[in-house]
Amino acid sequence: MSNAAENAKLYGYLASFDLVDEFLAAAAKVRDAGYTRWDAHSPFVIHGLDAAMGVKKTVLPYIVFLAGLTGAAAGILLQWWTNAVDYPFLISGKPLFSLPANIPVAFETTILFAAVSALIGMLALNRLPQLYHPLFTNRSFKRVTDDRFFISIEAEDPLFDATKTRELLESISGRSIEEIEVHP
Amino acid sequence: MSATYTNAHSYLDNTGDDPAVRAKLVVGDNDFHSVTEKVCGVVERPQPKIWWVVFAISSSLTLVLLATIAYLITTGIGVWGLMVPVGWGYAIVNFVFWVGIGHAGTLISAILFLLRQRWRTSINRFAEGMTIIAVVCAGIFPGIHVGRVWVAYWMAPIPNQMSMWPNFRSPLLWDVFAVGTYATVSLLFWYMGMIPDLATLRDRAKTKIRFYAYGILSLGWRSSNRHWHRFEFAYLLLAALATPLVLSVHSVVSFDFAVSIMPGWHTTIFPPYFVAGAIFSGFAMVVTLVIPVRKIYGLEEIITARHLENMAKIMLATSMMVGFAYSTEFFVAWYSGNTYEAFTFMNRAFGPYAWAYWTMVTCNVLVPQFFWFKRFRTKTVLLWIASVLINVGMWFERFVIVVSSLSRDYLPTSWGYYRPSIIDILTFLGSFGLFFTLFLLFIRFLPIVGMAEVKGVMPQAHLDRPGHRGHGDYHGDIGGAEVLS
Repeated sequence: MSNAAENAKLYGYLASFDLVDEFLAAAAKVRDAGYTRWDAHSPFVIHGLDAAMGVKKTVLPYIVFLAGLTGAAAGILLQWWTNAVDYPFLISGKPLFSLPANIPVAFETTILFAAVSALIGMLALNRLPQLYHPLFTNRSFKRVTDDRFFISIEAEDPLFDATKTRELLESISGRSIEEIEVHP
Repeated sequence: MSATYTNAHSYLDNTGDDPAVRAKLVVGDNDFHSVTEKVCGVVERPQPKIWWVVFAISSSLTLVLLATIAYLITTGIGVWGLMVPVGWGYAIVNFVFWVGIGHAGTLISAILFLLRQRWRTSINRFAEGMTIIAVVCAGIFPGIHVGRVWVAYWMAPIPNQMSMWPNFRSPLLWDVFAVGTYATVSLLFWYMGMIPDLATLRDRAKTKIRFYAYGILSLGWRSSNRHWHRFEFAYLLLAALATPLVLSVHSVVSFDFAVSIMPGWHTTIFPPYFVAGAIFSGFAMVVTLVIPVRKIYGLEEIITARHLENMAKIMLATSMMVGFAYSTEFFVAWYSGNTYEAFTFMNRAFGPYAWAYWTMVTCNVLVPQFFWFKRFRTKTVLLWIASVLINVGMWFERFVIVVSSLSRDYLPTSWGYYRPSIIDILTFLGSFGLFFTLFLLFIRFLPIVGMAEVKGVMPQAHLDRPGHRGHGDYHGDIGGAEVLS
């Protein structure tokens, strides 16, 4: 073993699955064992996995709602300030500020702010972009974006025990468990 | 379990309409890996000869577009066929045409998502890509139509040395915001949906350049379910936001016309009429593009006969809406008792532009009637020809609206007959060059089918227990309760 490998710290264990059924059942078992710092990885969204993992509902909708309100206010204020206050000019005797004429632009800014916040909010809550992750060092993990399902339990988890966690994962996946290391 | 279909000519046919048999959305002997192989193969294998042939033609046409724009900017708007009273010619026709095309992408990705139409997964990426590119083509035309393009930034509310602001009471400015927001949101939606598939390309990369390019684009996506959870919420929210947005965009485009007092433009029917027409033309363009692409790249098992048939049905429905709008316009012109309105519509159907009007009616109302027959919905050659004709018809619809009204305005002394100049025609052809060039690059470098979404509607993606195995259009979402025990 090289020095680098000896210095490496354990990130956690990785178990792999071929079928959605096994994967869902396994996730429920890890959840019931009480682990908190673990994750399930799949090539696509699996319905029921959130419940099987015990994932709490995200706060993203509230962020998007607030951003939408901000966008609406910004759109109205922009039109009021520019056309009625800072540079008032009269066209066909129409009022300088009237909501009906200002709805289309306010609507568009509402959507714009909300949509941008949905993407950025999602990425921020997921802590992405994160171009390096210890899991990427594992070759077999490349199949997670193709056809393989994985469960990883981090060594940082308070319940993590080098032997017991390995046994748990081996018993539910029925195959050997891989160690993932963090290279300093 | 093998489903049997009443009209099973081959395994590729999944167009059965027996409600007791759930249609497969991916046919053939496919699993998750084979879907990955097929879709990534489009990007990873060398492109077929036909790709290079079309690319050579379309990129040459793009140069024509650039040349005509350069000529326009250095010389002036006079190089176009614009005249008094027809001050809006090809440029506005092309703008409305291209924006309309884009609408199918958002309809498929957002509205069909909210309606739980699972079949959308095979074609949504493709259609969204088409949307972005069509909006790029659309944006060019009003941009160069302003004449002095170096002051085009006056359209945006940017503080400037003149202390002037744009007029927010003008529908033309609403359009700037509507199309700008639409382009931005479509791009976000498209990109976000692509992140997991870009990660697939990253993980399959054989060269350093590919690995880094797709690696950066996929933002370090590691398929974590905690990430998927928020991803799904963001996707749902974007769909919910894009749905009213797409309806608003062509409504606002129609305000450019409807808010003016021109006979033939000043009608309340315009917003829904324009939106239906936009969806109609957009689906026609999706069909025009997808039929050759699925054939050339061997994606018939993923973009199946059922997908094409569904799109034909949507085209039939929207064609009927558009046809209904055409007849309503005539009814209102007569019923309103407004002589100008009545004259305008008689003039449309029997005046100097009658040839354009009847081309429009033939292509948009008569041709889609063939889609009542299953044979026309499932025979790809016939479907393709019909979709091209619909594209032609929808271009003429905008031509009829813009030109026939303007050429016969309130003042008979200023009446005229608009003819496009050669520059008009070359610019229009050039915009097709740009469209196809960008589209071919999209096929070459990005995943054209949403793999992560397609895998999710395959039978293997669901619990394999009695009563819980899902198929096809509705796959029986599984609550967490089943896996708790």
